[in-house]
Amino acid sequence: MRKLLTGNEAVAQGAYEAGVTFAAAYPGTPSTEILENIAEFKKDIIAEWAPNEKVALESAIGASIAGARSLAAMKMVGVNVAADPLFSFAYTGVNGGMLLITADDPGLHSSQNEQDNRYYAKFAKIPMIEPSDSQESKDMIKVAMEISEKFDTPVLMRMTTRVCHSKSIVEIGERQEVGKKPYVKNLAKYNLVPAVSRNLRAQLDGRLKELEQYSNETSLNYFEWNESKIGIITSGIAYQHTKEVFEDTVSYLKLGFTYPLPLMKIREFATNMETLYIVEELEPYLEEQIKQAGIACIGKEKIPNMYELNPDIIAKSLIGTERQRVQYDSASIASRPPVLCAGCPHRGFFYELSKIRNVMVSGDIGCYALGGSAPLSAKDSAICMGGAPSIAHGAQKIFNKFNENMRVIATIGDSTFFHTGINSIMDTAYNNSNTITCILDNRITGMTGHQDHPGTGFTLQGMPTKALDIAAVVKAVGIDHVRVINPLILSRVKSALEWALSLDEPSVIITRWPCVLKKQSQIDKDEFGNYMSTCEVKEEKCIGCKLCIWTGCPALRFDKGARKAKIDPVQCVACQVCVQVCPQKAISRVGE
Amino acid sequence: MDVKNILLVGVGGQGTILASKILSDGLITAGYDVKMSEVHGMAQRGGSVSTQVRYGKKVYSPIIGKGQADILVAFETMEALRWLEYINPRGTAIVNDYQIPFALILMGQIDYPDGILEVIQQKVKTTVLKAAEIAVQLGNAKTMNIVLFGALVKAMSLENIDWEQAIRNHVKAKTVDINLEAFHAGLTGTGFSSPK
Repeated sequence: MRKLLTGNEAVAQGAYEAGVTFAAAYPGTPSTEILENIAEFKKDIIAEWAPNEKVALESAIGASIAGARSLAAMKMVGVNVAADPLFSFAYTGVNGGMLLITADDPGLHSSQNEQDNRYYAKFAKIPMIEPSDSQESKDMIKVAMEISEKFDTPVLMRMTTRVCHSKSIVEIGERQEVGKKPYVKNLAKYNLVPAVSRNLRAQLDGRLKELEQYSNETSLNYFEWNESKIGIITSGIAYQHTKEVFEDTVSYLKLGFTYPLPLMKIREFATNMETLYIVEELEPYLEEQIKQAGIACIGKEKIPNMYELNPDIIAKSLIGTERQRVQYDSASIASRPPVLCAGCPHRGFFYELSKIRNVMVSGDIGCYALGGSAPLSAKDSAICMGGAPSIAHGAQKIFNKFNENMRVIATIGDSTFFHTGINSIMDTAYNNSNTITCILDNRITGMTGHQDHPGTGFTLQGMPTKALDIAAVVKAVGIDHVRVINPLILSRVKSALEWALSLDEPSVIITRWPCVLKKQSQIDKDEFGNYMSTCEVKEEKCIGCKLCIWTGCPALRFDKGARKAKIDPVQCVACQVCVQVCPQKAISRVGE
Repeated sequence: MDVKNILLVGVGGQGTILASKILSDGLITAGYDVKMSEVHGMAQRGGSVSTQVRYGKKVYSPIIGKGQADILVAFETMEALRWLEYINPRGTAIVNDYQIPFALILMGQIDYPDGILEVIQQKVKTTVLKAAEIAVQLGNAKTMNIVLFGALVKAMSLENIDWEQAIRNHVKAKTVDINLEAFHAGLTGTGFSSPK
């Protein structure tokens, strides 16, 4: 059977077919759908959301040690969080096969940086595979499991946005039952105290020698012999882009196994080519190693080392050709940034926050990052996931030490709080700064498309479970001043912020209201009721002051000619933030 | 056959992804190699979005280059202008006469550009339709994407594929009838302004 699948869906199918029985992840674009799709195989695979990527990898490591085939999946910055267990698990090796999937984001479609995670394979000394389409994404899972078990090592699979989120045709197969290997206690393998690690250290490099031999032999690295004038070494999505440009007019060495590199194969290929190009997306990962081996090639002299690669860039860089296109004046086109949805519970909070002066707002990674865009513009920084409170703490300490009249307010989400925000808030309590942390609890992981987390009461595979109480956790890590408010009631937001600003100790404000797009559970319905309706503007009362427009709600329109505000009934859900902002009481719920 | 390139653009939430899923589904059943590419995540929240569908005997890259789209379907008027450099000068633009303003425009800091349809009509073969109005007349504003999809099928000259089945595969059971109506409205050109 053939199906059109994204790379992420194909990975899930591959995990099923390869006999994987445990998978864990923390959501992050472009990796999220891997676990969502694995979760569908309920009978055969245990699939879990972990609170963060480090925990996800650790639980998959546990499953491997116990004897099952396992995997962990995450976006590229998640591997930074998981790096600690990764580097050590490289020493111990596996019992059941173990795969770590990193989903990189060239072009920064949905990320705070553009790191090239291929270097992690070299850094941690583990083998790496790189699929270039959905069929390979599926097939390589099975190969990865075999490599992992044969060479006793975790394997890194590196995907990129265009592999994860592009659909191509995949041949669907059956599950291969591999069962579970017996667990045998083995301190000399799994107990990384210095004496054990020193032994394993030498084995690590021995293993890499064997893997290099495998790299030279495996069919994952293959030649496509055509003309010998130009030869191209490429991997991942760059292979597809390159084939698009040159088809069968040049020769290829297509690399699917990219650490350790198959230097013998590369040398053989280079010897037969007049000119050798390396076409790779982002950093000169292949090129550096090939040049270090003394093989002449052309890479980043021609191909840029940043942003997404595409066939146009390759054609222009290597052969100087460009397609004819329509010429027109594009100056009038303004960029259309993403915005908080109509009815987003964050809007009321940010509307009030934006009115406070002499504050630095330390933001985090999630939908509430959009509170920094015009017209709300209530954000000063966003660095990494879970970092808002600790970054705020450091800044607050310095403002206080230098007697500057500045307060620091951290904004963080519910899922992000569980990710690593708890540790950061602990820091504000332990090291005592009067930092204000606002946890914008919309009852779900929002930006990545509604994944459950330890506070929602459900697991990835839909089972009811313990729902952690954020206020209780915050108090338990040492915060004495905690308020829980409804962010859609502006007077409550205002008074809570004023209260927190008056304190000389760390405080936490939790805004508790569900994401407007969330499919509500019965528990949500019982707590929040069915509030959805629409609002309308009474034209005769509207004076065209535009105060409602300044809430940034996409359901609001402004008729320039009539100088009246209007509301799009398709988008409006009657959150009533604009109702509270209107000085003329011109806006009301329909029927009121 | 050469690879054909269909670029669907709009604003997050307009249903470009659903339309491209139905399109890909139909193309697969007709035996084409198909690649489809989209970007999820942050851009979904009311930002500018694009979905790319490429089909033919053998497709390599999932990405459509500048000057390469055989058909550009713009679900929102300004988005048509934003992506116009991707259209093949001999290609066709299908443009929804439907404006979605955003914060800076509403706040009066910038203006929604005038005369977009005229600019596009001067440059390439263009079909303009008021898909939002057609969808509202049919009784469900959200079927606007399927009206546009119908217009796309007409422009592709692939009416022989069983698109109705492809639509059934992807919409909720209770909305099948209205979506089929929307598809036929787009396909037959009901309510279109004729290309200049």
